[in-house]
Amino acid sequence: MGAVLRNPKVWIVLLCLLPLVRLIVLGVGGGLGANPIEFITHSTGTWTLVGLLVILSVTPLRQLTGRADLVRYRRMLGLFTFFYACLHFVTYLWLDQFFDPAAIARDIVKRPFITVGFTAFVLLIPLAATSTHAMMRRLGRRWQLLHRLIYLIAVLGIIHYLWLVKKDLTDPLVYGGVLVLLLGLRLPLGVALLRAIRGRWVPAGS
Amino acid sequence: MLIRRSKDIPPSEITPPEIYRDRRRFMQGLSALAAGTLLGASPEAGAGARLVGIRGSAYRLADEKTPYRDITTYNNFYEFGTGKSDPASNAGSLKTRPWTVTIEGAVKHPKIWDIEALLKLAPLEERVYRMRCVEGWSMVIPWVGFSLSELIRRAEPTGNAKYVEFVTLNDPGQMPGQRSRVLNWPYVEGLRLDEAMHPLTLLAVGLYGEVLPNQNGAPIRLVVPWKYGFKSAKSIVSIRFVEKQPRTAWMMAAPEEYGFYSNVNPQVEHPRWSQAKERRIGEFRKRDTLMFNGYGEQVASLYRGMDLKKFF
Repeated sequence: MGAVLRNPKVWIVLLCLLPLVRLIVLGVGGGLGANPIEFITHSTGTWTLVGLLVILSVTPLRQLTGRADLVRYRRMLGLFTFFYACLHFVTYLWLDQFFDPAAIARDIVKRPFITVGFTAFVLLIPLAATSTHAMMRRLGRRWQLLHRLIYLIAVLGIIHYLWLVKKDLTDPLVYGGVLVLLLGLRLPLGVALLRAIRGRWVPAGS
Repeated sequence: MLIRRSKDIPPSEITPPEIYRDRRRFMQGLSALAAGTLLGASPEAGAGARLVGIRGSAYRLADEKTPYRDITTYNNFYEFGTGKSDPASNAGSLKTRPWTVTIEGAVKHPKIWDIEALLKLAPLEERVYRMRCVEGWSMVIPWVGFSLSELIRRAEPTGNAKYVEFVTLNDPGQMPGQRSRVLNWPYVEGLRLDEAMHPLTLLAVGLYGEVLPNQNGAPIRLVVPWKYGFKSAKSIVSIRFVEKQPRTAWMMAAPEEYGFYSNVNPQVEHPRWSQAKERRIGEFRKRDTLMFNGYGEQVASLYRGMDLKKFF
């Protein structure tokens, strides 16, 4: 038991399940408000975006802390993000469109915010499918190339959010700002900045 | 891990919803009363107070009404924030007494109406109307009020009055959402004079037989049931009769998305989403949106010969 609790992966799994548990608890208790389907759609979409930003913060955090082992948790974070993206997509297919193929096809073609959201979801599929060690070995260098799609997916996710809100752009702009920051920290200047901060915090030699 | 589950059945499970809801509102009434005593406001002005002498009307839809709780906790009123639950959370700071409504512009009898006098202008009627939000959800709401035409007739518009402009209170101290420039404040809406004179066009002061809660546009608001919800201006302080078509708040914010007419029309889509269907609050499956929100028989003649795709 003690060993299990000392494994950070266990805590990450529990943390990643919290948004789902919250939805279930609220759903059972009638706490999803007047428009439960909208609530579920927004909640699963929001947590997908949060997941994407968390994934993209792993590399800057490594630079900041010097802990290379952080990367070991990224696969699980990625798969949970894909899980919430699936819930978001299924909510749309089922609760919003009731599996009406004509209406869904029309939406994907005609509604720019759905076009980009759908594209982002489709692009996530190969990343989830190639997340295993075996696939990493098989794809070699091409694996990393493929998984750089995550940058594009995150940008599409932000655009999806920006284009769907009626007027108040505050929330999508906050998420977009965080994404810009996380991408900026990958540029040479950003990396140098993170290392400089680390150098001030961590005494040399430790 | 042992999770001990309570064997007690929560009261919400055994009490009928109407009574359960009333218990909640009884508590709200008490706190409103307490606040009223502190602020020196008259308690009968508060939301939830019973309105007396309400007549029936011919405009009572037979559909199942949306629960009071949903109508009062899920709506748009950007003066109190852009989230759907923001109005219910933040509208407590709105003071609905004293309150005046100014009738001005191209009328023979301009007047500043005190709200108490305005409430007695005409007999109060209950009208059960469909409400369709431009965002794709809808409700069935039992409003209390009287036809706007009652007020317009007394004001006697002159020949120059072609349109009617409605202005919402502009006071960031009472309306915290106005501290953000999400719309051009004050909120302005407008109707053509014949639309404003239509018997369906309602000045609402109540909901479910009670004084209108702040978050739903107290003390007095417009209800135009065949148009998208945002056309129905809330917490009105001024009604102006003008010659030119008013520039409304949403037209200024996004002219290509929100037109002056904004009649409910399943064939004219919003640039970013379809208007063909709607989710009625409380229902699982979406239903088809009706032309003029189901009021075509009464209002279609107002738009005869007009291209409704152009005049959206």
